[in-house]
Amino acid sequence: MTNSQLPTRNSQLEMRDSPLLDVIDVYKRFGKLEVLRGITMPVAQGEVVAILGPSGSGKSTLLRCINHLEKIDGGRILFEGKLVGYREVNGKLKEEREGSIARMRAQMGMVFQRFNLFPHLTALGNVMEAPVQVLGKSREEARATAIAMLNRVGLASKLHVYPAQLSGGQQQRVAIARALAMNPKLMLFDEATSALDPELVGEVLAVMRDLAAEGMTMLAVTHEMGFAREAAHRVVFMDEGVIQEEAAPAEFFGAPKTERARNFLRRVTQT
Amino acid sequence: MTFLAVDWGYIGEHLFSDIVFEGVWMTLRLTATAMFFGVVLGTAFALMRLAQAWPVKAVGLAYIWFFRGTPLIVQIVFWFFALPQVWPGWAPWNGQMSPFTTGVFALAINEGAYMTEIMRAGIQSVDTGQMEAAKSLGMTYPKAMRRIILPQALRVVIPPTGNEFIALLKNSSLVSVISVSELFLVAKLQYSSSLLYFEWLIIASLWYLALTTVGSVIQAWIESRYGAGSYGPGAGGGGVALRWLGFGARD
Repeated sequence: MTNSQLPTRNSQLEMRDSPLLDVIDVYKRFGKLEVLRGITMPVAQGEVVAILGPSGSGKSTLLRCINHLEKIDGGRILFEGKLVGYREVNGKLKEEREGSIARMRAQMGMVFQRFNLFPHLTALGNVMEAPVQVLGKSREEARATAIAMLNRVGLASKLHVYPAQLSGGQQQRVAIARALAMNPKLMLFDEATSALDPELVGEVLAVMRDLAAEGMTMLAVTHEMGFAREAAHRVVFMDEGVIQEEAAPAEFFGAPKTERARNFLRRVTQT
Repeated sequence: MTFLAVDWGYIGEHLFSDIVFEGVWMTLRLTATAMFFGVVLGTAFALMRLAQAWPVKAVGLAYIWFFRGTPLIVQIVFWFFALPQVWPGWAPWNGQMSPFTTGVFALAINEGAYMTEIMRAGIQSVDTGQMEAAKSLGMTYPKAMRRIILPQALRVVIPPTGNEFIALLKNSSLVSVISVSELFLVAKLQYSSSLLYFEWLIIASLWYLALTTVGSVIQAWIESRYGAGSYGPGAGGGGVALRWLGFGARD
């Protein structure tokens, strides 16, 4: 793999005290297609970052690289100062063993566009599964946590219901509860509302806003400009595998600096 | 009582005789044991076929290619007569395997080749998002496979596995060539001495029909509980059989 030198950490440290997540000059190719071309993005503890951009801009790929669902072709991703998915051997990156990757992933929650709930388990079963199987919690303890989490997303009445019997919005809220039950330090939202009927988007966004307000560190790839404007601390605008622009929401939506961002905003606000 | 020159009374007298029961029991034991190991082998080789590393994948492919591509009767004769002749100590446990053990061995390995393809198709029928969701929650591949993917694959796998069970029930008659006294060999020995071919084939066939009918009913019952269709109350969620296999969860 082609790795640039690790940038001097000083510059990063000066910017904010050691970020929870540090994406440093990350490259990703699918065959000949370069999807990410040098993404650098530190995320501080408690920060809510909205990642915007046209489809195909690499936003989802970036999120998937962060919990190593995709390998990277260059650069580094650090979570709490530790390499994600790799270990360094004589200055070269080697893919980590599965167990350590799994342990890293257990600390990050991910919410998918298509929910990916486990259809053979009830809502409660979905939320209990990982705490029992991965964290080794007792069923009683996991059940108590799961009920609390489902309550938090407003689904206390749906504990014993299977995913197929839930609406899209309810399924996505179960998926959020499932991720939260692992007590993650970081939540990744991959277009969490894009597959929902318009009238169901609100209930999922409300849960995401609550989480943001409670201080959860969040990275949300989204097409919901309202969420980005009101809940995010920072907007990252990506296009063609590059971060084109990065600013506070008021600044980004009020006075976008790049032509691409202006075009993008014009298109998404037209509807 | 004769009709069509068939001695129907003789059939009635012998249908429930001890010697027939012993044959039926042997057929059931052969089939059940071979099916169990066939499913285990099928799952293991299906996972190999789906592995990333090509040598592992190649082993899976070679297994199917060989054991699905040669006649079962050839394989049975090979394990019992041919291999011990050129390699007397091949069996890891004191040399010669009994006809029954060899029969189960041959049937299981052959069945495993068919089950490999069935399990592979079942595993691949599960949405890739399921593995990603499981991994994102910190599960390792084996754990995700066992807890998330296989229980879902199982419902796709049940109907073709039922087919396989019924085919195996009948194919088990082939181990008569290595003198395992299962249902067909019992009938064969009897018609050879009594020369009542028709009567003994009727007796054997009635029992095969009875066994396959029971098999079909059991399959239908399992399918209604765990089979394809929506997951909901009363279905899935891990019944006794699934739990016993270590799948599914209570909540």
